Parts: sequence; C-alpha cells; structure tokens
Amino acid sequence: MLIKSKRASDVASSEITDQSIYQQRRKFLRNTALFGASAALAPGLLLPESVIAGDRLANVVKSAYTLDDELTPYDAVTEYNNFYELGTGKRDPAANAKRLKTSPWSVAIEGECAKPGVYDIEDFIKPHKLEERVYRLRCVEAWSMVIPWVGISLADVLKRFEPTSKAKFVEFTSIHDPKNLPGQRVKTLDWPYVEGLRIDEAMHPLSILAVGLYGEVLPNQNGAPMRLVVPWKYGFKSSKSIVRIRFTESMPKTAWNKAGPNEYGFYSNVNPVVDHPRWSQRRERRIGEFRKRKTLMFNGYAEEVASLYTGMDLKKHF
Amino acid sequence: MPTESTIRWLIKPAVFMLALLPIVILLWQGLNNGLGANPIEEITHRTGAWTLRLLLITLAVTPLRRITKQSWLIRLRRMLGLFVFFYATLHFITYIWLDQYFDMQEILKDIVKRPYITVGFAAFVLLIPLAATSTNAMMRRLKRRWVQLHRLVYLIVILGVLHFWWLVKADIREPAVYAAIVTLLLGYRLLKHFKKRPRDAGMPAQHSMQNSQ
Repeated sequence: MLIKSKRASDVASSEITDQSIYQQRRKFLRNTALFGASAALAPGLLLPESVIAGDRLANVVKSAYTLDDELTPYDAVTEYNNFYELGTGKRDPAANAKRLKTSPWSVAIEGECAKPGVYDIEDFIKPHKLEERVYRLRCVEAWSMVIPWVGISLADVLKRFEPTSKAKFVEFTSIHDPKNLPGQRVKTLDWPYVEGLRIDEAMHPLSILAVGLYGEVLPNQNGAPMRLVVPWKYGFKSSKSIVRIRFTESMPKTAWNKAGPNEYGFYSNVNPVVDHPRWSQRRERRIGEFRKRKTLMFNGYAEEVASLYTGMDLKKHF
Repeated sequence: MPTESTIRWLIKPAVFMLALLPIVILLWQGLNNGLGANPIEEITHRTGAWTLRLLLITLAVTPLRRITKQSWLIRLRRMLGLFVFFYATLHFITYIWLDQYFDMQEILKDIVKRPYITVGFAAFVLLIPLAATSTNAMMRRLKRRWVQLHRLVYLIVILGVLHFWWLVKADIREPAVYAAIVTLLLGYRLLKHFKKRPRDAGMPAQHSMQNSQ
C-alpha cells in the first residue's frame, strides 16, 4: 500500500522516528513473533494471516496522545468487533473480513466546500502525517478497549477541501456493497451506514481518520481502509470503511439514531450519568479485565472536549 | 413404543447427556481460552440462550407426544424442565457474580429500572416453585393445584422471550425465531383448549365453513 512508501525527501526532521518508538516497534515485532509461534502450534484456531495481519506502516510519528492504560491485545482488538456490515455477532467481522474489498477505494468529498471531488485513497492520505494515537474506545454496550491507532488529523483533512461558512456538520458514509457484505443483505440498519459530527467536533484535534492500528495497516474488520475515530463518543459514532464525506448545513440523519431515536442520540458522547434507556452507562468492562471500572465523563477526554458543549443540556442532547 | 428398560437405561441417560453438552462445551472453551475477548458476555449469552432453547424443547414435549401418539415422551419432560432451571440458575449466577460482582445496589437498580432485566428476573423467580414442586410426592400432594401451578410455564416462556427481545440492539432475528416457536407451541394448546369445549369453538368454526363453501 501507499502508506508504506514515502520518499526519503518527504521526511521532515520532526518526523524521524524517535528511539522510544523504535523500541516499541521491536517489542511489537517480538510479540508478533510469539504470536506467530502460537499460531503454528494451534493451527486452525486462528484466522489466515492475510486477514488479520496488515503490512507495517512506515513513517509513523508518535503523538502527544498516549495513555498510561494497558493496551488491549491485538487479537482482542481485531477479533471482537461491532461492524454490522460483516455480521452482527462479535466474531463475525473477523470471520467475514475477506468479503470487504478495500482496493480500489476512493473517497468522495461533497457538499458545502470549495473543493469537492473524488479522490483515490492513496492521494487522499498522502499529504498527511501518520500519527500514532493511543485512545480509549468506549462502546455503547458498556465494554471498552485501549487501542494504538495510526491515523491522520481529521481537521487537517477537512481544511484541505475548504469548507464554506454553510458547513455546519460533516456527514460520513460507509461502504454500501450488499453483494459482498453479508450483513447488508439484512435490514438491521438502514444501509449504508451514515454518521455525522458537528463541524467543531470534526475539527477538534482529537478527531482522526485511522488507517492503521498497532503500527500496521488497518485490518478489514476494524474498518479498512479508513475509518473515523472520535474517542470521547460511543464507538458507533466512529464510522468504518468511509467512502463519502459531505459538508452539510443541517444535522445528518445517522444510522443508529434512525434505528432508535430515543436510545442513540446524534451526539452520543460518553456520559456515565446519562443511561442508555435499557442499560446503565455508569460502568464498563475493559476487555481483558474481570471487574467493571467506572466510565469517565467524555471517556476521560473532558478536559479537551467539554468546552464544545458548554451551555448544552447533555441529558437532552444525549 | 420403546420398552421400559430402553427408556430408563438408554433414552433418558442420552437426553441427560445431550442437555449437559452446552455446559460441558462452555467449560471446555472457558478453560482453553475459547470464549473470545469478552468471556463473561459469552457465558451470559450462552447460558441464557440454552435456558430458552431447553424451555422451548420442554414445551414441545406435550404437542409432540399427542401428534406422534408416543405417550412415553412425557417421561422426558421433568428432566428437561429441570435442565431449564439449571441453565437459568447458571445464567442468573453469571449475572450476579461475574457480571455485577455482587454489587447489590446496581443489581436492584437493574431489576427495577431495566425492563429486560425485570422480566428476566421475574421469569427466573417463577421457575423456582416449578422446580421445587417437580417431585412425585409434590405432584401427589398438590393434585389439581399442581397442574394449575405449572401453567406458570406459559407466562415464563413469554417473559423469557421478551427478556431476549428487549436486550438486542438491532438484530432481532434470533429472538423472533423463538417468539415464532412460542406462538406455535402456545397456539397449539389454545386450539386444543377450545376444541375441548365445542360450544365455545364450534360456532365460529361452522360459520367459517359456510363462508368457504
């Protein structure tokens, strides 16, 4: 893939991998080797390597966004997914990952902006710096993970297309391919999957478009080739396998909101004091842990994002 | 009809082993890291699903016995019913212990505030007297009231399916299948019930026959 090959002349001094990352990488490689060995010992239990193991991404810069939390293991991140296009069971997306065709892939930019157009995924990502961002992921179902994403700043991307003053919202549409995607032959949701953010949320420095995790190209079941990651919102807000980004003046009609307007609001910020009508959001199970832990306001990103919602009644705008 | 010894020494033990199979598989996978990234969720879902499935199988015994005229099938019903209680208990313990870790405040809040937990909990509580009165001695003691008491199972199965239906997010296919089977099983009984009382059921039946001619 493109992301691997970047000419040496492109590399700014600030982008040169520092030693801690280099060491992290070595640790990762060691882990992968262990993983490979266990795979050899237990044939048939693991998925074919081509599905779960992406290529290494080159020139990934470490960002300031790291966490002290322990990372969720790679195989949990890639085998326990909600991606209804590939099936509603947690293990379905990994099992059906091959049905998602990620090449060729283009992204359409539409709506209230000066530079709409259709871009090949490589050209779309090329101008941007790949950063590693370790984020918490809190699912609306009350489980959570800690994932080292590799991605690009969404704000930088959006600015390239010069949104006009009418661009109040950004709408993200995911792939629609019922012929190949088994989950889209069932009307669990109104396909294609549509999500959206207010423009200031989309422009927030925490919002990224991820193209990888654990230093590798994003596995299909995690939303390859490119997905949204908005860490202070419930996981379903972070659209996978995006094919269209549209700047709009009115609030986008989003998939889960349409499926259950009183259960899944447009904002869907992680909020321990606003319960899902059917279950509590006060606590969560971190994958890999036994006891539940307390859910943090805005998933622990209150300091960065709370100001986006000053004056808003978050019980009403859930 | 199979002989007494076939029922006692072959069929009943076989059904017993089959009904144990889900928990054996669960334990095996649990001990071998086979329950995925969220094993507590997996245990909760699986014990719950097998409670419902066995309940549907238990409720299928009577219609099956009538339709096939194999009256010996009734002798499997108590065992199947007790397995329903067994899996329901495991499901309940999983929730109380593994999922909530005995956080009584959270558990009580769940039972009061979350309709799917309210109905699930009610179904479990209602199973207790049925399991407790499943012995021959109890049957003899309660006589007609035993039959009346055990009709609770119709309410329990409806609550059980609701419990499942109300917890799924969007994919209602599996609970819908269970609901369809319950409709069939309870519908069969309603039909039988009205057939027994021809004065109630006869009139509309004749009427519809005239219409179709």
